[in-house]
Amino acid sequence: MESIAFRRKVADRTMKLLFLIAAILVVAPLFLIFADLLWKGAKELKWSLLTDLPHPVGEPGGGIANGIAGTLTISGLAMAAGVPIAVMTGIYLAEYGKGWLASTVRFCVDTLAGVPSIIMGIFGYVLIVLPMKRFSAWAGAAALAMIFIPIVIRTTEEMLRTVPHSVREAALALGIERWKATLFITVRTAWSGIVTGILLAMARILGETAPLLFTALGNQFWQSHLDGPIAAVPLQVFTYAISPYDDWHDKAWAGAVVLILMVLSISMAARFFTREKKWKT
Amino acid sequence: MAAPIGNIKDRLFERATAIFAAIVLGLTLLLFALLLRESLPALKKFGFSFVTGTTWDPVAETFGALPFIYGTLVTSVIALLIAVPLSVGAAVFINEFAPPWLKGPVAFLAELLAAIPSVIYGLWGVFVLVPLLRDHFMKPVTKLFGWVPLFKGPVYGPSMLAAGVLLAIMVVPFILSVSREVMATVPQRQKEAVLSLGGTQWEMIRIVIGQHCIPGIFGATILGLGRAIGETMAVTMLIGNRPDILFSIFQPGYSMAAVIANEFTEATGDLYMSALVAVGLVLFLITFAVNIAARLILKQLLARASRGI
Amino acid sequence: MENMNNDVLKISGLSAWFGSNQVLRNIAMNIGRNTVTSIMGPSGCGKSTFIRCINRMHDLTPGFRLSGSLVYEGTDIYGERVDPVALRRKIGMVFQQPNPFPRMSIFENVAVGLKLNGMKMPKSELAGRVEKSLRMAALWNEAKDHLSRPGTSLSGGQQQRLCIARALAVEPGILLMDEPCSALDPVSTGKIEELIEDLGEKYTIVVVTHNMQQAARISDFVAFFLMGDLIELDRSAKIFTNPSDKRTEEYITGRFG
Repeated sequence: MESIAFRRKVADRTMKLLFLIAAILVVAPLFLIFADLLWKGAKELKWSLLTDLPHPVGEPGGGIANGIAGTLTISGLAMAAGVPIAVMTGIYLAEYGKGWLASTVRFCVDTLAGVPSIIMGIFGYVLIVLPMKRFSAWAGAAALAMIFIPIVIRTTEEMLRTVPHSVREAALALGIERWKATLFITVRTAWSGIVTGILLAMARILGETAPLLFTALGNQFWQSHLDGPIAAVPLQVFTYAISPYDDWHDKAWAGAVVLILMVLSISMAARFFTREKKWKT
Repeated sequence: MAAPIGNIKDRLFERATAIFAAIVLGLTLLLFALLLRESLPALKKFGFSFVTGTTWDPVAETFGALPFIYGTLVTSVIALLIAVPLSVGAAVFINEFAPPWLKGPVAFLAELLAAIPSVIYGLWGVFVLVPLLRDHFMKPVTKLFGWVPLFKGPVYGPSMLAAGVLLAIMVVPFILSVSREVMATVPQRQKEAVLSLGGTQWEMIRIVIGQHCIPGIFGATILGLGRAIGETMAVTMLIGNRPDILFSIFQPGYSMAAVIANEFTEATGDLYMSALVAVGLVLFLITFAVNIAARLILKQLLARASRGI
Repeated sequence: MENMNNDVLKISGLSAWFGSNQVLRNIAMNIGRNTVTSIMGPSGCGKSTFIRCINRMHDLTPGFRLSGSLVYEGTDIYGERVDPVALRRKIGMVFQQPNPFPRMSIFENVAVGLKLNGMKMPKSELAGRVEKSLRMAALWNEAKDHLSRPGTSLSGGQQQRLCIARALAVEPGILLMDEPCSALDPVSTGKIEELIEDLGEKYTIVVVTHNMQQAARISDFVAFFLMGDLIELDRSAKIFTNPSDKRTEEYITGRFG
C-alpha cells in the first residue's frame, strides 16, 4: 500500500515539474529572440538607419528609410480600403445579418482568415501586377487588405455583440432612427474594441513579408509613385538576411529591431485601448 | 398589422452594409476564381500527376508538386510533435498550478510570441537556431544514430528539422491559447470530485482534463496545423529549398509556400507561372480543409461545454 | 374619466399575441392628460407587453401581432402612414434596468436624443435643454458639477433619473415607465416615486408596477391586469378602498400574486 502511495506522489511531483518545464520552454524562445535582436541589431542601430537610403554592399552606413516609408504607405492603403469594408461588413453581420448572405459571408470570413498570406500575394499579383504589367504599392496593398479585412470583420462583429440589447432598446425608444442609433450609439459604444481590432490587424500586416514578395517587390530607392515597385521593411530584412554578406546581415538585424518596434508599439497601443474600463450593462 | 419597419434612410443604410458584406463575398470568390484560372494551364497539362509527380524541372517544363507537399507535411508534423506537448503542458501549468499573479504575464508573453513577424523568426532561425541545432543536436545525433534513416547525414544545417522546430515555436501561442480556453470549460465541480476522492493533482488532471479536453486539444492541434502548413517566410529561410523527397529530417526539403515565395518572380514561362499558382491552389485547398475540420471540432466541443456536459 | 375630450391616449379592443399565445385580450382604456396611471398586476399578466404596445416596441419582435385600436392625440398609432420612429419621439419610455448609454457623458446622454433627432440648435440652447431635463428629473443638483463624467459612473438610482431626463429631453407627450424601480434600492425608489408624482402635474405618465403600495402612492388612476385581461380601471383611491371586482379585491388584500 505504501509503495503505491509513494509512486502516486512521485508521479504527481514529476508531472508538475514537467508542466513547469513546458511552460518555461514555451516562453524561452521569446527571451532568446529579443536578446539576439538587441545584441546583433545594436551594431547598425543608428539614427541614419531611420533617415538614409540603403547603401550598396561594402559601403558602411545606410538605412531603411525608404522601407519604413514604403511599409507605412502600403499598410495605409490597405487600411484605407480595408477599414470601411470590414467595419461595415461587421455592422451588417452583427446588426442586420440574417439569412443566406450573412451565413455565406461569415463562412467567407472564416475561410479568408485561414488563407496563407503567400496566397494573398498571388491574389495581388494576378489581380493587379499582371494587368498593369508592373509591380506596385497598389498590388501590395491589395494583398495586405485581404489579410486585414477578415480579422477586422471578426472583431467588429464580436465587439458589437457585446453591446447590451438594452442600449439598442433605449435608442429605439428615444425615437432615434435605426441607422443613426447603430452608428452613433451602438458602434460608438463598441468603438474602442473595434479600434483595438483595427490596430491588432494593422500590427499584423505591418510585419507581413510573403504577400509583398511579388506585389510590392521592394526597391533600393525612394518611390514616389504608387504604381511602381516600392520598398518595405520586412522585404529589406528578408533580402539582407538571405544575402551572403556579413554587413548586410547586421543590417537585417537592425531592420528587424525597427520592424518589431513598429509592430509592438501598435500592439501596445491596442492593449491600451482595451484596458479602458469596461462599461456596465 | 405588419407595418413597414424603419424609414427609407434606415433601409438605405442596411442596404449599404449589405453591399459591403457582398463585397467580401465577392473578394472571396474572386480569390478562388483567379487561383483557378491561372492554374488551369498547368492542371490541364499535368492533370492529377501534378500532385503525384516528383519531378520539378522548370527547364524541361515538367512540374510535379509532390516534393513540396511532402516537405510541407513533414515540417508541419515535426512542428506539431514538438508544439502540442509543450503547449498543452504549459496550458496545464498556467491554468492549474501557476500563482494568479503569473498568469497574466505568461499569457502576455505568449501573445508577444504570436505578434513577432515571421520574417524575424526566419532571421533568428537562420543565424541562431540553425547553427545551434547543427552543432549541438544534428551532428552528435548523426554520429551516434546515423544508421537510422530518419537521422541520416550529411548535416548541412538548413533542413526539414530546423524548419519544423522553428514552426513549432511559431504555432505554440495558438495551440496554447486554444488549449487554455478548452481547459477552462471543465467544470470546477468535476475537478473537486476527483480531489475529494483523495486523488493527487496529476490524477485529477489526467482524469478530468484527459477526458474532457482531448477533442479540444485535437481541434487546437488541427488549427496549429493550418497555420504551420501556410507559413512561408520562416520555412523558406530554413528548409534548404531542395525539391527532392528525402526521408532523413536532417536533409533539406522544400515546401509549397516556399517554392512560391522563391520562384514566383523568376518564373519565366507561362506554364511555369501557372504551375506555381497551381501549387498555391493546392495549398489553399489543403488549408481550407484543415481549417474547416478544426472549426467543426472546436464548435462541437464548445457547444457541448455550453450545455454543461 | 370626467373629461373625455382631454384624453391623450384612447385604446380599444386591443389584443396581442406572441406566436399563437394570446397575451392581451380586448383591452379598452383611456389615459387622461397630465395624469399618472399605474398598470398593476401579478407577473405574467401582460402589463409590460401592454405598455410596449403603446410605443410600438414590439415592431421588431418576431411572431408578435396585435389587433384593435390605439389612438394617440387623434393619430392611429398603428396607422399605415405612421412612422414608428417619429412616434416614439412623442411617446418616451423608461426601462426596468437603468440603461444610460455607455461611453457617453451625463451631458451627452441627455443631449443625444436631441442631436440625433436632427433638432439643430445653438450650443447654449442645447445646454439649456439639458439643464431643464436634468432639473425635471431631479438630478441637476447632484450632477451639475460633473456633467462630463460617464453616465455609467452614477449610482443605480441616479442612472434611472438620468434615463428619465434623457426621455424628457425630447419633450414627449406621454412618458411610459416599465417597472422603473424594480432594480433599485428603497431610498432610490422613494426618490423616483416622488419624481413621478411631481412630473404628473405636467406630464401624462403610464407606469407599470407590481408593487401595490407604489401604485397607491404615485398614481391618479390604477388599472388592474390579470392574465391578459383588464379587470378594473378606476381612481386610485377607489381601487384600493372599494374595488368593484372581486379579483381586484383578492389581489390587493394579498390573496394571490
